[in-house]
Amino acid sequence: MTGLITIRIAMRALVRNKTRSLLTALGIIIGIAAVIAVVAVGQGASVTMRNQISSMGNNLLMIFPGSQRTGGFHGGAGTQQTLTAEDGEAILRECPMVQAMSPMVRAGGQCIYRENDWATSVQGVNVQYQEVRSWDVASGSFFTDSDLRSAARVCVLGQTVAENLFQGEDPLNKTIRIKNMPFRVVGVMTKKGSAAWGQDQDDTIIAPWTTVRRVLQNSPFNNVNQLMMSLVSMDALPAAKDEISKILRQRHRLNQTTDDDFTITDMTEVTQMITQVSSLMTMLLTIIASISLAVGGIGIMNIMLVAVSERTREIGLRLAVGARRRDILMQFLAEAVALSGAGGIIGIGLGISVANIVAKVNHWPVMISASAILLALTFSAGVGIFFGFYPAWRAARLNPIESLRRE
Amino acid sequence: MLISLKEISKVYHMEEVDVPALRSVTATIDTGEFVAIMGHSGSGKSTLLNLLGCLDRPDSGTYLLDDKEVSRLSSDDLARIRNQKIGFVFQNFNLLARTSALENVELPLYYGPKISAAERQERARSLLTRVGLENRLGHHPGQLSGGQQQRVAIARALVNQPPLILADEPTGNLDSRSADDIMALFQELNREGITIVMVTHEPDIARYAKRVIQMKDGQIV
Ligand SMILES: Nc1ncnc2c1ncn2[C@@H]1O[C@H](COP(=O)(O)OP(=O)(O)OP(=O)(O)O)[C@@H](O)[C@H]1O
Ligand SMILES: [Mg+2]
Repeated sequence: MTGLITIRIAMRALVRNKTRSLLTALGIIIGIAAVIAVVAVGQGASVTMRNQISSMGNNLLMIFPGSQRTGGFHGGAGTQQTLTAEDGEAILRECPMVQAMSPMVRAGGQCIYRENDWATSVQGVNVQYQEVRSWDVASGSFFTDSDLRSAARVCVLGQTVAENLFQGEDPLNKTIRIKNMPFRVVGVMTKKGSAAWGQDQDDTIIAPWTTVRRVLQNSPFNNVNQLMMSLVSMDALPAAKDEISKILRQRHRLNQTTDDDFTITDMTEVTQMITQVSSLMTMLLTIIASISLAVGGIGIMNIMLVAVSERTREIGLRLAVGARRRDILMQFLAEAVALSGAGGIIGIGLGISVANIVAKVNHWPVMISASAILLALTFSAGVGIFFGFYPAWRAARLNPIESLRRE
Repeated sequence: MLISLKEISKVYHMEEVDVPALRSVTATIDTGEFVAIMGHSGSGKSTLLNLLGCLDRPDSGTYLLDDKEVSRLSSDDLARIRNQKIGFVFQNFNLLARTSALENVELPLYYGPKISAAERQERARSLLTRVGLENRLGHHPGQLSGGQQQRVAIARALVNQPPLILADEPTGNLDSRSADDIMALFQELNREGITIVMVTHEPDIARYAKRVIQMKDGQIV
């Protein structure tokens, strides 16, 4: 019997018991769909994150107040009051590897322009912020050093804020109210897209940090939430970290036994964290997929054993009219593989749809690799062969006379 | 000579006892014969027919089919002989359920030399026409009468043009009208040169055969 005919007969046997076949294949469908979806989403997400990390700025380095006791990303940024804009100035002055520096003071605020209002975050920075983030002004201009010194009530809008507040109107030189304080819009930034953690980087207002501190936060102090700086090159990172640490410890008068009261973070840590998370995800996924494929495979084995016993007489008849044991083996093996293979194909389709939906919601690209699909197909067929072999072997071993006599 | 059996023995081994089903059976059947095997229940008729049909092997003795010793062949070789040289007709028809008459008749062709789907269908169709079922090609077994089902089974037995047809109580499940029809068909096939060996309980049916073999306690009497 030829392979093509074997497959056709197998397909027909499956179609005959549609519901049963579908339920049996469900384990495989879910397993494969999960793998495809998570791989696609994971790859899309990690590519996006890497792009976004580089979009954060060139050779970026960040300093947060407070010490870092655990390994992860700094959680309580800005909770301690130890880091000042003067620290940043000193670093820029004394450390030649630091190319540009901006302090960062964050405030939340309701913004109003005429009848439109929009809740967003306000970033208080200095003029070098543009260089640190490699982020340009699209129209108008950035605020100036004299705005900074005088804590002028001027601001530059991110694209999202500009769109929502002005809805097509030209924002330049209009006055908006942030927390009821009037600010003049001097510029609009270019579009930056969303950040590695999914946050829309354009949903922000940029103002002189002095203004944010004095006007919005009503504070006389110069401590900041964060210092951002860009280095001359990524190679300078370890040396720069050492030197910055030395400068800050000296300025903060920390003796040798005291911990740092600041944390220096760079994007390699974020990248490493993403890699760590994604490899953990991959491992979890592999476990889930293996379990669900094994469960699906056992289901297939079970149903194939039922099919063999239901069709004992058919097997006897086929043997009587000239089928070899090998033909019977292949027939039932083909049926098991068709079952798992069809499950795999449906699973791939389902996985792609899920990945598309997830990607759309998160604005990620869908990365469905041909190798993942090929692997999924191979695996599902492999499950069919592995778990279908025993039932098929049982069928092929049947005695024709006894099988024919079975009612 | 088509069939030659020499001192064929077959013993079924049960848990405690050995059941001798055939005891030193010697017989010959020539090409073109129409033989009925009769005997009491348990006398070994079906056992003998299964051996003739290469579905089983004897414990001892020789079986020459077409002058070839077949009792020691491998299971693949036996399968080829069943496919090419023997057509089976069963008491309970043994058609594939939910499968059309045409496809039931095609079944043995799948296990023989490769032929095109068109030729396969053509051969099945012409045989169904031959047994008078040209209007029932698409019918499933459940949509056919007992006599019609048995005729589909006969068409299936004939599809590889075997020289030998083996039938174990082919009329056992049929009313006498249908039984007579089937026997008439057998006689017609026999006239065309096909050798037929048939097991039956009924003397009325045995009368259609040219020769009757009587069995008793695993022996030919
Ligand atoms: N698979 C088997 N295992 C054990 N004993 C068997 C088996 N098949 C047949 N026998 C025994 O072998 C003997 C011959 O059986 P067989 O089926 O050949 O009889 P039969 O002449 O065809 O009877 P019937 O007319 O009832 O069909 C019987 O005693 C039966 O019990
Ligand atoms: Mg019998």
